[in-house]
Amino acid sequence: MSPLVIPVSERDHIAGSFDAPVVLVEYGDFECPYCRRAHPIVKAAQRALGKELAFVFRHFPLAEIHRHATQAAEAAEAAGAQGKFWPMHDTLYEHQDALEVEDLLNYAGTLELDVTRFARELAHGEYLRKVRDDFRSGVRSGVNGTPTFFINGQRYDGEWTDGAVFIAALEQAAKLAHTESARG
Amino acid sequence: MAQQAERSKQSKILGAGTQAPDFELPSAPDKKLRLSSLRGHAVILVFYPADWSPVCGDQTALYNEILSDFREYGAELVGISVDGPWCHVAFANSRNLHYPLLSDFEPKGEVARKYGAYREGDGTSERALFVLDGDGVIRWSYLSPIDVNPGADGILQALESIAHRPAGTSTSTSAEARSGS
Repeated sequence: MSPLVIPVSERDHIAGSFDAPVVLVEYGDFECPYCRRAHPIVKAAQRALGKELAFVFRHFPLAEIHRHATQAAEAAEAAGAQGKFWPMHDTLYEHQDALEVEDLLNYAGTLELDVTRFARELAHGEYLRKVRDDFRSGVRSGVNGTPTFFINGQRYDGEWTDGAVFIAALEQAAKLAHTESARG
Repeated sequence: MAQQAERSKQSKILGAGTQAPDFELPSAPDKKLRLSSLRGHAVILVFYPADWSPVCGDQTALYNEILSDFREYGAELVGISVDGPWCHVAFANSRNLHYPLLSDFEPKGEVARKYGAYREGDGTSERALFVLDGDGVIRWSYLSPIDVNPGADGILQALESIAHRPAGTSTSTSAEARSGS
């Protein structure tokens, strides 16, 4: 099983605590239909596990087949710079078929971002490097498509399209983490 | 005996230290590529079963994205399957691929056989990766389960190790393989 080469750190977007017993990392692409499918399943897992789960999203845009993917990833970062990474992340998946620049600017407006700054940073490719760094870190960790999940640093090759199975795998990881911490 | 028979059915791909067999295959309906013409560069040979199959799609798309990283090592990436050149043209266009796809089409699978990467019965090549150094010596090879996209981490590690030990300073095993060929 492939381990996560670049550990979760302050540079990541994390929903939950670094100390959570289960840290789920997704390498995803905002224009990928499978990632879109995974989006509500991850949400359900977050609800089911509560504070037991921390979710980290890293960019893995397959730009040659998904024309809007890199720019959408940059938009999420630009929103993140204004404290709204997750609302933009959700918006992008919920509007996957509308990822042109004017759509992105609209979403920025809806999320009450400083749209002038958002537009400027997007135009200047301010976060392109961050997106590419995420992509490279994914390649190094054996990401072979999107979405690819890592549970507590190990690639999860199991079922995720069935939410119940996915949540059971995460709960199992939580149990394991608790056992280990009780021992340690 | 039964176990042996079972094992013999599996492909045994060429391993590290072996001189990569040379070949010439169509890279387009009117163009051919000879492996030895790439000497001086690291070469990544990607055998895959077929154009259009879903896992290959992901694999070719992934390599297409990482091409610039491969090229930072001066490496050339070449895909090989038993599909004909016209099929490759349509596939490469549809995926916007920026590296050549070679047709191991006539005689079918001849090159895959030389690398131990042909699936008798299926009539396709295996999903197998070979990284060659600038002298054409195989420095790393990997046979993936047919339905699993092997990713690119192994390729990048192999290229890194070649970069740290440039061509001409190969290990003794590969030197033996060279003198033997």
